[in-house]
Amino acid sequence: MQYLALIYSEPEPTPDYGTPEFEAMMQEWRDVTQIYQDDGVMLGGEALQPVETATSIRKRDGKLETMDGPFAETKEQLGGFYLFECKNLDEAIKYASMIPTARTGTVEVRPIMDVG
Amino acid sequence: MAAKLDVHEALSGVINEHHGRLLSALIANLRDFQMAEDSLQDALASAITHWGRSGVPANPTGWLLQTARRKAIDRIRRAKNFDVKSKDYALLLRLDQQDAEDERQEEIPDERLRLIFTCCHPALDPKTRVALTLRTLGGLTTAEIARAFLDTESAMAQRLVRAQKKIKASGIPFEVPQGTDLPDRLQSVLAVIYLIFNEGYAATRGEQQIRKDLCEEALFLAGVVDQLCPEQAEVEGLIALMSMIHARKAARATPDGGMISIEDQDRSLWDQAAIKPALALVKRALGRGTPGPYQIQAAIQAVHAEAETFQSTGWAEIVGLYEVLMKFDASAVVRLNWCVALSFEQGADAAIRASADLAQDLAEYQPYHAACAAFYRAAGRFDEAEECYAKAIGLSKNQSEAMFLDRKRREAKKEAEQMLGLSPTGR
Repeated sequence: MQYLALIYSEPEPTPDYGTPEFEAMMQEWRDVTQIYQDDGVMLGGEALQPVETATSIRKRDGKLETMDGPFAETKEQLGGFYLFECKNLDEAIKYASMIPTARTGTVEVRPIMDVG
Repeated sequence: MAAKLDVHEALSGVINEHHGRLLSALIANLRDFQMAEDSLQDALASAITHWGRSGVPANPTGWLLQTARRKAIDRIRRAKNFDVKSKDYALLLRLDQQDAEDERQEEIPDERLRLIFTCCHPALDPKTRVALTLRTLGGLTTAEIARAFLDTESAMAQRLVRAQKKIKASGIPFEVPQGTDLPDRLQSVLAVIYLIFNEGYAATRGEQQIRKDLCEEALFLAGVVDQLCPEQAEVEGLIALMSMIHARKAARATPDGGMISIEDQDRSLWDQAAIKPALALVKRALGRGTPGPYQIQAAIQAVHAEAETFQSTGWAEIVGLYEVLMKFDASAVVRLNWCVALSFEQGADAAIRASADLAQDLAEYQPYHAACAAFYRAAGRFDEAEECYAKAIGLSKNQSEAMFLDRKRREAKKEAEQMLGLSPTGR
């Protein structure tokens, strides 16, 4: 089964690029991504630009409405995702719990709908 | 008609005892919770007709399982996206073939442990875990579960359907967790069973309601886990804990349903035949060297069980055990229980000091105010006791609780008047 791990965190200042703190943070993400690849469960994964860059759109009566900002204003914001191929929910939870920001934020695990 | 009655009786007997076994065996075959339940319902309907005509079969559970599988085959064939080559379908046909060849019909495989781990999966809401466990393993009807939760039947039905959908769509596995996952997941199962037990315990002192005894249901479920997942100290601890509390059932309530606290219970009414094996079980569990919260709570109950009178209870031991329990569970409720034990060991003043920092966490918790009232009363601070009794009564959830607290409050008042040398104003 496929699972999408949606990574939510409160925006907080990240360490400056080039500092050892920044490097340590990146290394954690690289390590966990490496585990996913080695275990053959990773179908994809990306980090998103901050919510300030979001544009929300809806179409009503054929007319396009655009809004500057995210769909829902919440404290924790969607910051990225992984797409996993796992045997079952237990396995998906195991891999999702390795995501570094699971310690401070929240990871939502959602099964991908099988429409085949 | 006598024959018809017999069939219904035989059927409900089989279902009471074997619902979990049948359903779990079906889920193991079908890999589909909802279809397993629907097929079992089909088989039950079919049993009423067939058993009524040709009598109850020699192996009723085997008959029901075989029939339910055939009903499932029918359901799969009727389905829109029916695929003759699907693996599940092939397996069902093979099983059906085996059933037909094997006239002896051996006992059906016991898959209940997998089922209980699925129903108590942490990805489900705790209330849903309890409801699903009662429905699938306990064989309670949706209406019975709704009554236990004071929910409407339709709300409970919706909850159960949602849960079954989530199990399927999100891939909650039908398996026993292995290795390092097992202890955590086992705690989740035990928590569900203990919730069921406490639900039953509360019911015995609420507005009297006729319903399946949830305390006994919880003991049955714990027994199933112990049988299928043996030598687990926490499972044994929970069984011992529940057995000892349940053994006091006859002493716990007045004939009209009023509540009697352990302090005032007639200990000759305690069921020693249930207590003795429970005491041995606590010892065995603790001997395994893997202590846990249920074993510690069972040990506390064992100290109560071994005391001949409330006064001769080993309070120092109980205080010590609560201190161990707080290492596993530092919640305010556990700390409150420790304070209560402390009040009997070291006196009310020590308990008042120790419980001072609980006021905020337990502001809405009736037993906290009742405990404080007892502390103040024992310390001779009657005004504060009166205030706490009033708060506790305001927070009590049922009449027998409120009546119990009111009796204590009046006792305290009398005591206060005697201390002041005044006689009650008789009218």
